[in-house]
Amino acid sequence: MNLNKVLKGLLIAVPVLTLAACSSKSSTGAGDADSSATTQTVQVERVDPAATAAEQMRQKMEALRRENTVYFDFDRATIRPEFAEVLQAHGEFLRANPSVRVTVEGHTDERGTPEYNIALGERRALSVVQYLQNLGVSAGQISTVSYGEEKPAVRETNEAAYAKNRRAVLVY
Amino acid sequence: MMTKILRTVFCSFLLLLGVQAHASLEIIITGGVDSARPVAVLPFTFKGTTLPKENIAEVVAADLMRSGKFNPIPFIKMPQRPAKSSEINFSAWAKEGVEAIVMGEVTEVGIDRYEVVFELIDVLKGNTGASSRMLNQGQLSTTAHYMLDSRSTTINGSQFRQYAHRISDIVYEKLTGERGAFLTKIAYVLVRPNAEFPYQLVVADYDGYNEQVLLRSKEPLMSPNWSPDGTKLAYVTFEKRQAQIYIQDIYTGRRTILTSFPGINSAPTWSPDGRKIAMVLSKDGNAEIYVMDVATKALTRVTNHRAIDTEPSWSPDGKEIVFSSERGGNPQLYTVNLATGDTRRLTFEGEMNLAGTFTPDGQSVVMVNRTGGRYQLARMDRQSRFMQVLTATNLDESPSIAPNGSMIIYSTMHGRSQVLALVSMDGRFKARLPAADGQVKSPAWSPFL
Repeated sequence: MNLNKVLKGLLIAVPVLTLAACSSKSSTGAGDADSSATTQTVQVERVDPAATAAEQMRQKMEALRRENTVYFDFDRATIRPEFAEVLQAHGEFLRANPSVRVTVEGHTDERGTPEYNIALGERRALSVVQYLQNLGVSAGQISTVSYGEEKPAVRETNEAAYAKNRRAVLVY
Repeated sequence: MMTKILRTVFCSFLLLLGVQAHASLEIIITGGVDSARPVAVLPFTFKGTTLPKENIAEVVAADLMRSGKFNPIPFIKMPQRPAKSSEINFSAWAKEGVEAIVMGEVTEVGIDRYEVVFELIDVLKGNTGASSRMLNQGQLSTTAHYMLDSRSTTINGSQFRQYAHRISDIVYEKLTGERGAFLTKIAYVLVRPNAEFPYQLVVADYDGYNEQVLLRSKEPLMSPNWSPDGTKLAYVTFEKRQAQIYIQDIYTGRRTILTSFPGINSAPTWSPDGRKIAMVLSKDGNAEIYVMDVATKALTRVTNHRAIDTEPSWSPDGKEIVFSSERGGNPQLYTVNLATGDTRRLTFEGEMNLAGTFTPDGQSVVMVNRTGGRYQLARMDRQSRFMQVLTATNLDESPSIAPNGSMIIYSTMHGRSQVLALVSMDGRFKARLPAADGQVKSPAWSPFL
């Protein structure tokens, strides 16, 4: 069988089918004497793919935004193994989209002094940067800012809140 | 029992004052009044028609109590209400243990003009000398050797609080030999998470009155630090979603950017001569201490270590900087001699020591000490290395010392709120300054103004 012929046949058939589907839509317009549409004998439409490349990237980014936080132990800046998958996803995305830039925010819990926590927050942000760079992300795509203890995720004074505040957040 | 009544009486009138002046900070004494020296501040008599808004005696009494060194006795404990110093029954006051009496008179002398006269009287001298003769004869003593000070001045209606603080300064200096710090200001950061501008840089009188917002921001503000002449504040702002150091003139409102390096721009601290600012930058890799010449912007790197170095604070002579470093494993305090670069570890006690600050005499360093997971203020004598924990609160941070070295203001947690608190240098007197609304942090005590 000649596959090419079949494909060509389909290419013709699809617009025809589309036209048939649309014919009822344009019928009212055709009856309107003032409308320029009266001179129109065909209407061409096309079938959109499931999602454009831009749309796919947007969806991917949205998914990454939902999982954009890495948590740390007290006074530590080491990436815990459980966050390897999250960072892997971000790393792959950034590598595939070299024009996308990300800011890594470093945060701490409220214990200790504000100025020391600024330095600790930066160290946490930098460990995420290091991790992403090891995955092949270019340094030019990543910037950092440390907010220390100034922007807690949870404004409470207990261990659970502290654990949620010791974090690095990837912001696109 | 008596102390309880005293506290209730005192706190209730402070509350009242708070309502009158709409101050958002109100002082609650939490300890140490018992050991303070009893004094009496008599209500000032008033001659005129337009009663001034502020009550001088109340301001002076609150100042003296807040110093932690004096305990102004409540009105109900006063044995008499003399109108003049010549009418004082010294033995009656001595029996109450009162050391000194402040009394005075306000006379309306014109439209919005008031003459204020005050006298500071030594009860012990009065009781042992001329007082008995005076009482027997019922006449004015011409020698008045019990008079420690007596002044007269003319002010307008808006100057009452300020002049009351001036009286407190004079009384404090006469009775302790140390300069008073009641005419000083504090700068702090107020955080109201749900407000349109959640972060505010505020300056107020040291007692929380006359609050003025200098800057409102949607992004965090940190680390305000006074220029030694008391006219400017250096601070950190995140308004551009990165840390930057700004200088703001508190009187003109003029802002100038000092640094905007990539990474950390943190902890600006003016040198005692006002010509340099120590700061923390991470532009060369990680948090290091630098000194910037304010006029030329020339930078000198002070530390060079892969560990965190932060929180620089100048010695009073400007020759040394104390800073926090975790080069030894945990954050501890170190000193560096700026001329030689000689760096020494200062603290060894506790799990961490942070935010070191020299006392104005240079003899001690005040810091945040972490022991058993609690963060409390401590003071270490540099000579003996003896370390004393000063506070009973937890999560203490940002200690700032009054220019006369008598008190430390700091931020701490009270319930679920971050509040400012005061502790005397010996740790005996403690007070809390909760904000009516919001979290208060990063207090900075001004120099003498």
